[in-house]
Amino acid sequence: MTAVDETTGAKEFGQSRRRKEDARLITGRTKWTDNIVLPGMAHLAMVRSPVASGTIASIDVADAKTSPGVLGVWTGADLDAEQGDLPCAWAVTPDMKHPRRPAVAAGRVKFAGEIVAVIAARSAAEARDAADKVLVDYDDLPVVLDMNEAIKEGTPLVHEELGTNVNATWIFDSGEAGTGGNVDEAIAAAHADPDSLVIERTFRQQRLVPAFMEPRSTVVDPTGEQLTVWSATQVPHIARFLLAVVLGISESKVRFIAPDVGGGFGGKIHLSPEEVATVLIARKLGKPVKYTETRSESIQSAHHGRDQIQKITLAAKKDGTVTGLKVDLLADMGAYLGLVTPGVPILGAFMYNAIYKIPAYQFKCVNVFTKKVLTDAYRGAGRPEATFAIERMMDTLANELGVDPLALREKNWIKHEEFPFTSVCGLTYDSGNYEAATSRAVELFDYEGLRREQAERRARKDPIQLGIGISTFTEMCGLAPSRVLGSLNYGAGGWEYSAIRMLPTGKVEVLTGASAHGQGHETAFSQIVADQLGVPFEDVEILHGDTQITHKGLDTYGSRSLVVGGIAIVKAAEKVIEKAKPIAAHLLEANVADIEFDSGKFSVAGTDKGVTIQEVALATFAAHNYPEGIEPSIDADATFDPENFSYPHGTHLCATEIDTETGKVTIRKYVCVDDIGTVVNPLIAEGQVHGGLAQGIAQALWEEARHDESGTLTTATFVDYTLPTAADMPFFTTDMTETASTSNPLGVKGVGEAGTIASTPAVINAVVDALRPWGIDDIQMPTTAQRVWKAIQGKEFDASVGAKDTRDGSHEAAPGNGAPLWSGNESGGAQ
Amino acid sequence: MGTRRISVTVDGVAYSDDVEPRTLLVHYLRERLGKTGTVVGCDTSNCGACTVHLDGRSVKSCSVLAVQVDGSDVTTIEGLAQNGELHPVQQAFHENHGLQCGYCTPGMIMQSVDLLKDNPDPSDEEIREGLEGNLCRCTGYQNIVKAVKAAAKAGSVSAGVAGGAA
Ligand code: FES
Ligand code: FES
Repeated sequence: MTAVDETTGAKEFGQSRRRKEDARLITGRTKWTDNIVLPGMAHLAMVRSPVASGTIASIDVADAKTSPGVLGVWTGADLDAEQGDLPCAWAVTPDMKHPRRPAVAAGRVKFAGEIVAVIAARSAAEARDAADKVLVDYDDLPVVLDMNEAIKEGTPLVHEELGTNVNATWIFDSGEAGTGGNVDEAIAAAHADPDSLVIERTFRQQRLVPAFMEPRSTVVDPTGEQLTVWSATQVPHIARFLLAVVLGISESKVRFIAPDVGGGFGGKIHLSPEEVATVLIARKLGKPVKYTETRSESIQSAHHGRDQIQKITLAAKKDGTVTGLKVDLLADMGAYLGLVTPGVPILGAFMYNAIYKIPAYQFKCVNVFTKKVLTDAYRGAGRPEATFAIERMMDTLANELGVDPLALREKNWIKHEEFPFTSVCGLTYDSGNYEAATSRAVELFDYEGLRREQAERRARKDPIQLGIGISTFTEMCGLAPSRVLGSLNYGAGGWEYSAIRMLPTGKVEVLTGASAHGQGHETAFSQIVADQLGVPFEDVEILHGDTQITHKGLDTYGSRSLVVGGIAIVKAAEKVIEKAKPIAAHLLEANVADIEFDSGKFSVAGTDKGVTIQEVALATFAAHNYPEGIEPSIDADATFDPENFSYPHGTHLCATEIDTETGKVTIRKYVCVDDIGTVVNPLIAEGQVHGGLAQGIAQALWEEARHDESGTLTTATFVDYTLPTAADMPFFTTDMTETASTSNPLGVKGVGEAGTIASTPAVINAVVDALRPWGIDDIQMPTTAQRVWKAIQGKEFDASVGAKDTRDGSHEAAPGNGAPLWSGNESGGAQ
Repeated sequence: MGTRRISVTVDGVAYSDDVEPRTLLVHYLRERLGKTGTVVGCDTSNCGACTVHLDGRSVKSCSVLAVQVDGSDVTTIEGLAQNGELHPVQQAFHENHGLQCGYCTPGMIMQSVDLLKDNPDPSDEEIREGLEGNLCRCTGYQNIVKAVKAAAKAGSVSAGVAGGAA
């Protein structure tokens, strides 16, 4: 990693610094919310509905009230007047249907796991004992679980007052937007043209559980002037704002703190019912209160991700050129709307066209209410779904045309020299080099060799069949330009805030509104500041996650911390230097115009006279000797609003082996080459890729949140919701190419979600590729052994399938086009 | 509910406490002794976040009752470093970026120490199988495997306290 501008004297940028935050995490000195104990603290337990749909006929709390240690019991009816309405920040259309969402259900329950009563007791165990003694009678109402059913006339309504189960219908059409052609015309033309074809497929994005390892926990201290809330959240700033709005209290009377937080992946982006309930009870009791969820409660009631049905129509010429893409989605909201629930599919709307030059595009999404726990952001949020659909379609098209799927992609993708490129959605991709990433991946993977082996295994009808899957992805992240969010009717902006405090001892405190929960901000941001200010890495302290320390911020999600938060830090550092210059000049008895700053030192041009930034900080603190007319401070802050999204990209290649006797899928090889622009800390970036891959692969192979017909979640524990273990995970070969972003001064792009976005289609393309001899063209996720085994039962194996384009590693051209197919020549290394 | 008196040594310090028979070891450690380095990640004994050493062997402290450890010796993540020196497995997790959010890390490290005690030179596969009872949602496990391998190379078993002996 050498893409550092030598003239800036950058020393830390590009170094694989070991993380600062590890010291406490590896010794058990971490501050998790559940660790917090305050004098006289009460503990909560929630009584949750076991039924998905019903009216609460009666609640008997008498036994619970007299249970040992109990301090109080409250039902939804008791809290309803003051609990407000949990907000959704994204009204995707002006007529979007938005049901009221209470923290504690009063009267009606709409999903299994919804809170119906809250117990406070002197210990958590006593609170749980008492919760078991609350007797609730439900009158069952019809459940609505299936999206296709939900939108039919006459289906019972999830929320009667809304008059429909459709939350919103959102459309983007490149013809109407003037960013591309009319897709219906493109499809009609393809139908009419013998040299074109139209492919239609429907994909199912199953429901997933974010499954952060630290269960959510909240502690509220109502004593003192400010109400203090510690919570295992990704979004302390947003949560403070929302809490003030929901409960009608002054924002200035709430201090929200995210201490160490054990993972989020989107799952902790919200103001939760549990947080609101904990605040309400703490206020009532007038003493500190804690609530920590159990894992089962977390899986049942914290939001889920994905859950879409995607109908995709793709028109192409027989030479492989894609001419149109149409997307029809059904997206399951669940029973309520969380912070960005209705917007999640829309975050994918601009990414179905991906890295390809598609001239006509339409995206239509129907958001549907069902009686399941709500969905909301989960790592990638909308973009994994989009990437899955287009990458599956590209493989399908390649198969239909009998051409190499990599070559087909190359034929359609944006060439390196065509950047900046305005996509059919009107987004400007600032930089990218798909050729370079693909060449490197092909080389590391031994694409030709594996294709050869695949052909051999097919030819001899080997019981272990090999499949090769490709995913050449891009994504839009670094959320987000505020004006773009405004145009999409999102309720907030996408800027980030930072402040730098120069302490008299020469230490530097850096405040950031991006609140980490495992990403390594403390290390990566320290590296940036060390370079910017020329101070030692060790002397930089990153402060975050407390609204009283960093009064504003928009927190951490959407791979935004570095590309938005990091740039805010750079801007604040630039201001520190500008403020320090006149003081340095004064100390050096020189003209400000003659002062230069380099590597932590202010010097007078052309002399050896200089003063360090630490010396300036001390002199400024003493304030005995500084210029007239300026303030004695070199502290500075900055708010950075990005002008564009960040477009990381990469090529992921996966080889799967399928045991045709058992159906078991094993990943034989996984290679990915990501391009995330310049890299601050390769070690941390690689770790982000690894974790992302694991979650994307898990969607392909193992994970699914399932409900029975009564709406009960049958995967509500870690016994049934099968997270991958170390033994399940393959070894990943990862590498990076560096194409600097031109949208920010560091050249960086987001990385947090890339692995998840890219990997799912790579794996499924590989599984399908292995199954093609049986005439199989698609398979539903997760591809469990049982599902694969069933898929091939009773089907004929045709060993000749796909053989024509893989022999001897030399791909024949597609029939009648003569276009060059993928050869890997660019890298010179793919043999 | 009656209580029972237990005597137990945790991270080298002897404690005597009255506990409810139903109290889990993990809750005793966290709530009574303030050993909050050991954490709870599930309610079905699947995640391993709560792993500690009981008389030198790793156990999931959410599946052991406090009364069962009467007379025993417990080591938690907080007792692993000796005289200000990190245990080689702790050091290896740091060096190899074997953690992100760190929630699984105490359990992962305690389990790894135990694994290396049984098998001082494990293959990648043996490491992966040995850690099967510990879930991590952040790392994809690759750097954890790398860390354990590195610790094995560094000869962690001879160098470190392999749990238990206080
Ligand atoms: S908390 Fe003990 S195994 Fe999960
Ligand atoms: S580091 Fe977060 S769960 Fe393992």
